[in-house]
Amino acid sequence: MSRREVTVASLAELHERGRIVVSIDGTELGLYSHAGEIRAWRNLCPHQGGPACQGKFLPRTIEVVDDAKRAAPGISSEHKSIVCPWHGFEFDVLTGRHVVDERVHLIAVPIRSQGDEVIVSI
Amino acid sequence: MAEPEPPAITELAEINGTSDSRDVLAHATVQAQQSYDDYFVVDIDAHVSEDHFWDEVLSLVDNDYWRDLGMTQFEGFGGKNALLNITPGMSQQSVGGRIGHQGRREPVAGVDGHPFVTAAGRGMDSMGLDYQVVFPSAMLLLGMHPQTEVEVALARAFNRWLTEVILPQDPRLKGMLYLPYNTPEACEELVERYADNDDIIGYTVCSTRNNPVHSDVYLRLYSLIQDSGKPLAFHSGYHWGDPSFAQLNRFLSMHALSFTHYNQIHVTNWIINAMPERFPTIKMLWVESGLAWIPFLMQRLDHEVLMRPSEAPGLTRLPSEYMKEMWYTTQPMERTDMELLEATMKSFNAETQLLYSSDWPHWDWDAPSTITNLPFLSEHAKRNILGLNAARLFNLPTERVKPSAASVLDARPGRS
Repeated sequence: MSRREVTVASLAELHERGRIVVSIDGTELGLYSHAGEIRAWRNLCPHQGGPACQGKFLPRTIEVVDDAKRAAPGISSEHKSIVCPWHGFEFDVLTGRHVVDERVHLIAVPIRSQGDEVIVSI
Repeated sequence: MAEPEPPAITELAEINGTSDSRDVLAHATVQAQQSYDDYFVVDIDAHVSEDHFWDEVLSLVDNDYWRDLGMTQFEGFGGKNALLNITPGMSQQSVGGRIGHQGRREPVAGVDGHPFVTAAGRGMDSMGLDYQVVFPSAMLLLGMHPQTEVEVALARAFNRWLTEVILPQDPRLKGMLYLPYNTPEACEELVERYADNDDIIGYTVCSTRNNPVHSDVYLRLYSLIQDSGKPLAFHSGYHWGDPSFAQLNRFLSMHALSFTHYNQIHVTNWIINAMPERFPTIKMLWVESGLAWIPFLMQRLDHEVLMRPSEAPGLTRLPSEYMKEMWYTTQPMERTDMELLEATMKSFNAETQLLYSSDWPHWDWDAPSTITNLPFLSEHAKRNILGLNAARLFNLPTERVKPSAASVLDARPGRS
């Protein structure tokens, strides 16, 4: 079946909200804005098929290691994660890849902006 | 040429701890519609989350002193942890709130019936389950409670609440009686009291405890259970206060090891002390330890028994052969390596001995699709694991009692 382009949101709104999850004629996807870039991912976790984009969207937890190699958990000011609400699988918002195992990833949806319109291809 | 219809765009809200179960599980309903809507499905391990209704349970405590103390705690600092040995600050199952259905608050305003029954019904319908067996949650650690009379008081109250309040409201819900295993005579009394209750289809020992299961103090209890024909389940759990686990600094580590640890100890004691020979028809079911530990323990015990048979003189067969006659539940099913999982399932005859369990609404729950998606199982094996093995073990009728997945989606198509 051929793809079609659909305008789903305004760019200003997406930048302001950071994440918008929609169903377009039954196709569910999450639109994201982070670090000046936009992405769209299918709302489908590769683990058990959960609604990955409807979970938390939050800064990634990182391991902070000091000069003496002491480690402690911290919160990234740079990276954000899409967290599946079914089981907690976490994916980097810009790459769609699991934060530990890059072979596990979300399905990308082509997305672009034109003026203030966010357009996806489904 | 006519203009194409504009697309129907609807926004989907974030799923959190107060989302309707039907919205959280809408993708599972689609999976049911696509691949197993005509299967008979029994979920052997789901959770009551009785802590949400803890005052109802406390009000049924038959000892005046403990009831009064419990209610005083409930209304004061203890809340839903009154009388329990839970450490709230170490209950990190939801991964900092990332997994909202762990400890969820189902929106039930305006719905008749008990809130738990409403929530359970929505979960069953959404996952395509015919029956669901409910286990306690907050009471899973009670085996480590230093005040054994508290375990007895709460066990009696919980079993009353389960059989008098919850189970009569939905024939698709079934229960396993909580046995206060630190007090064998109280277990015996409960087994005898509920022997004829059709909603009670078995008995549960919460595995997180240090009681040797082969102890002579349990022999009358096992005879009663064996005579009842209902299975005896050991439901595993965790306890961060157990000295070995106190070395672990993350919930992940403790959870990975403890849930397999307790059932491994109990299976080892059960077999090495020849309990299968002494109670040959008792039906043993091991719950919530996943599957990977089973072939490990089979090989390990076989290896040891062959070298040291004088320490297991009651055995007439290898431990693995006894283990192949026990039953196991699926969740949390390790499945990052399909070859290992296939070998694991072959090791204990999963086609006849394995029962699907969801563990819903806990954080590491498994949908029925975890079974239907396995590439190496025949359809016959999938149907057995998802429901027919349970029907045989628990004497459940196999006529369909669930609504169709299509009707569930029509009624509420996953909005949030």
